[in-house]
Amino acid sequence: MKTLASTPGLFLRLGAPISVIVAAILALLMVACALLASLIAPYDPTDLASFELINAELPPAFATDGDPRFLLGTDNQGRDLLSAMLYGARVSIAIGGGAVLLAATLGVTLGLLAGYYGGRIDALIMRIGDVILSFPTILLALLVSGIARAIFPGAATAEWAPLILICAIAIHEWVQYARTVRAATMVETAKDYVRAAKVIGLPPRRIMLRHILPNVMSSVLVISTINLAAAVLTEATLSFLGVGMPPTYPSLGTLIRIGNEFVFSGIWWIALFPALALVILVLAVNIVGDWLRDRFNPKLRVKR
Amino acid sequence: MLKVLISRLGQAALVMLVVSAVSFVMFRYVGDPVATLSRENASVEEKAALRRSLGLDQPLVVQYGRFLGRTLSGDLGISYRNQRPVTQLIAERLPATLELVLVATILSLSLGIPLGVLCALKPHGVAARLVQALSLIGISTPTFVTGIVLILVFAVSLGWLPSFGRGQVVDLGWWSTGFLTVSGLKSLLLPGITLALYQLTLIMRLVRAEMIDVLSSDYIRFARARGLPTRYIHFRLALRNALMPVITVTGLQIGSLIAFAIVTETVFQWPGMGLLFIQAVSFVDIPVMAAYLLFVGLLFVLINAVVDILYAVVDPRLRARSA
Repeated sequence: MKTLASTPGLFLRLGAPISVIVAAILALLMVACALLASLIAPYDPTDLASFELINAELPPAFATDGDPRFLLGTDNQGRDLLSAMLYGARVSIAIGGGAVLLAATLGVTLGLLAGYYGGRIDALIMRIGDVILSFPTILLALLVSGIARAIFPGAATAEWAPLILICAIAIHEWVQYARTVRAATMVETAKDYVRAAKVIGLPPRRIMLRHILPNVMSSVLVISTINLAAAVLTEATLSFLGVGMPPTYPSLGTLIRIGNEFVFSGIWWIALFPALALVILVLAVNIVGDWLRDRFNPKLRVKR
Repeated sequence: MLKVLISRLGQAALVMLVVSAVSFVMFRYVGDPVATLSRENASVEEKAALRRSLGLDQPLVVQYGRFLGRTLSGDLGISYRNQRPVTQLIAERLPATLELVLVATILSLSLGIPLGVLCALKPHGVAARLVQALSLIGISTPTFVTGIVLILVFAVSLGWLPSFGRGQVVDLGWWSTGFLTVSGLKSLLLPGITLALYQLTLIMRLVRAEMIDVLSSDYIRFARARGLPTRYIHFRLALRNALMPVITVTGLQIGSLIAFAIVTETVFQWPGMGLLFIQAVSFVDIPVMAAYLLFVGLLFVLINAVVDILYAVVDPRLRARSA
């Protein structure tokens, strides 16, 4: 909670506009709520004993016929929607964060190798990246989860779903890290301090990790913020399409998928509240990410 | 020039070879076709005979060669789920997806270009700021949420437009179109808008960036100094040059839109290729998955190669760089 309180001050000193500060607080607040879901959620949606079908599809507490026990209403199985959303946000953020972590690790490693050694290694890594980038994220992610589904039999797919999703998202995102790190590494490698390190005979691994990596880290952090928003969106899309998290352990995307089946019968809250939470979370992270990019590394601005 | 052409086509062929290898591996190693095809208590000899007749006892390279041969002659296998040739399934679904993508492209261009120009001409105006803020919301809103909200408002609450399917279609030979009936056009509207919004932000930002670039160039300043009418400078001189990259990006994005239509088609139960694919993924219908992958891969590679080659034709500087 200490970081939460000091963040606005930090952002103010960096000269961030009010909108960015509000977005940063909102994003941190949502992440904190999601991480503390098991403490603050009124019910435990993973506990089968805590919900009953008799409470299914109750409207939000503030609507007519609302039940004061369920602030945002209940879903088709009688689960408290607010609790399901808090736990769902935790799943979404964990998978998004995991994907960013995997993509960053893979991309930074390959980018360092490509930039440091150049030549054939460089050409091979960057060509693979080019091919991957020429396909849209969603198609690659669907392909990976499709193959994973075919390899693991039915029940195991649900168990492995988070890991499959992380891999499916990271397979596209590592390329951006690799490209940025490679370019920065090439610049650093030509500088005197790296040449000196080479001359005194330090092993390449040490030069890359201890000397070059700290200098490219700021770009990596900036990319990671924007990629986190993108990863959360991709996860939600996959879960919405039914190839992501199973309904027994839903993410925000799965909740929207469940809600989508009830939209036609006028039961709007099951789809709308998780969708709203998702959009606000991603929007807040995007606003902060956009500002960080412009502030620290305008070179990363791509025409989109 | 010939060198560019050959190297670009070679690269495209290489990518297609990789894509086809991935689909082959999916076919071959994901699940055992003999187990799926033979009867329940088949003897070892029977299974071996089936294996021989399917050519599965041949070396891997020979099998891959045969797979390539069959694929090139248009035989992509039989869907496990529908028990119909995959080529036929895709051909049936193709018009629905292409019509949706066409409508989305037209909508996003006709809205994105004026909005982009507006933002570039008056970058500090209220409208421009509003559009910018909306575009940030646009990137942060997933397509399926847009679709659900549109359905809630226009189909469920107001009841103006249908929320699923293509409505009445007219068959023109093998092409079924929704453009010729009222219900077909009405059905196209909501999914078209949903898919267009994904594209709209991109086009708007691009037009804005290009327009700002062009407006600060020398020939525009010269035109201003000559006292030409502002309208003429903005729309005749500047916009024309700003639109060149927009046309390229729109072309390149068509492949992306076809892939992205998977989401829109799921929300609106639109009977296109994307819905076919997503159903194949959830039923592990491998021939359909492999065929869709091959088809969309081919489309991508073709569009990219054609654009690169056209660039080389138009701009001689690129020839030297890539050769």
